[in-house]
Amino acid sequence: MPELTAEVESLGLVIEIGGIPVRVNTTDPGFLDMLQARYSGFVTSSQRSEGGEEIAFDVDLTRTTFAAPDADVRVTRRLGRWTLERGDFLAEWEPASRTGRIRQTANPYSIDAVLRIVHTLVLARQGGFLAHSASAIRNGRAFLFAGVSGAGKTTISRLAPPDVTLLTDEISYVRKQGDGYIAYGTPFTGELAKLGENVSAPLAALYLLTQGPENRIDPVAPGEAARSLLANLLFFAEDEELVQSTFHSAFEFVRRVPVSRLTFVPDSRVWELIG
Amino acid sequence: MSRLYVARNPRVAARSLDGEMMIMSGRDSTLFTLNKTATILWQSADGTTPLDEIVEHRICQEFEVEPAEALHDAETLARELASHDIIQISEEPIPQRNPAAGEAR
Repeated sequence: MPELTAEVESLGLVIEIGGIPVRVNTTDPGFLDMLQARYSGFVTSSQRSEGGEEIAFDVDLTRTTFAAPDADVRVTRRLGRWTLERGDFLAEWEPASRTGRIRQTANPYSIDAVLRIVHTLVLARQGGFLAHSASAIRNGRAFLFAGVSGAGKTTISRLAPPDVTLLTDEISYVRKQGDGYIAYGTPFTGELAKLGENVSAPLAALYLLTQGPENRIDPVAPGEAARSLLANLLFFAEDEELVQSTFHSAFEFVRRVPVSRLTFVPDSRVWELIG
Repeated sequence: MSRLYVARNPRVAARSLDGEMMIMSGRDSTLFTLNKTATILWQSADGTTPLDEIVEHRICQEFEVEPAEALHDAETLARELASHDIIQISEEPIPQRNPAAGEAR
């Protein structure tokens, strides 16, 4: 008699960003291949992490798109469980068990958004953050270049000389360590569409980018530094406790890391001022 | 004429940096930077000191301003801050369980 049921093979990989491993489980080999290619350099191993710090998501792939594909992202917490929703995905995550579920179509953008959100939630509790900024390592030290769209994040990344290791041209990943901060490479790309290197270094400075007629670095008052950093942080959660921790984290950061304004003309000479 | 009491909303995050007071609403993450008068009002808003006493002892001591005019301006300011949920206002004292909640650490 033929088998009426067959075991569905469970496939998975681990995407490790900022030293935080996130396991993604799926039953779709095509989706797995897509993730493998998309996060190349950040996929560590399909074996379960020994550290016990791993976050795991089961992905349910649907064929149909959601009712409101253009809806904005909403991140809410109820009874210890986060709900992450946007027009193209619905996800749940429980920090206590470090497990969650994502419902989406087979595309790389939805899970990319879920990963960004989950990392912001994890980092917010540890004094770290994701920020709209490019970042790079030079001479063993990391530098952040923050600014809104059009400020020059992609431009300064593109102008980087060969001795500079690019961490990201779009979303910087910062973790607190002791009295300082560490910047990590991310696969979250901007216009450059080039993944950052999966490396890290102690953070030496944050530059607020402005394009202008000359290359120069000017000091920034602490209040302006805090306001500018807060304006560039990625933060999605409608959660008072997390808003408060993120707010205080920004102030701690500007107390410990030099913040300056970097005015630059779009040519490679600007890098003579960095590092 | 009834007295007005003001109390800091413990659900906002506040931090002073180089004399500049910044406050973030926990409700919608809006960031406010307070001017000198608003900073004095915020720091004095303990829920039990009436606004007219705050004006007399804190604001009029800091700025050269007529008490009646200062009180009028302070009431306007207090209502504006309350509209953003930064402080609470009441004609009765406002008991606060943890008046320093959300304040700079």
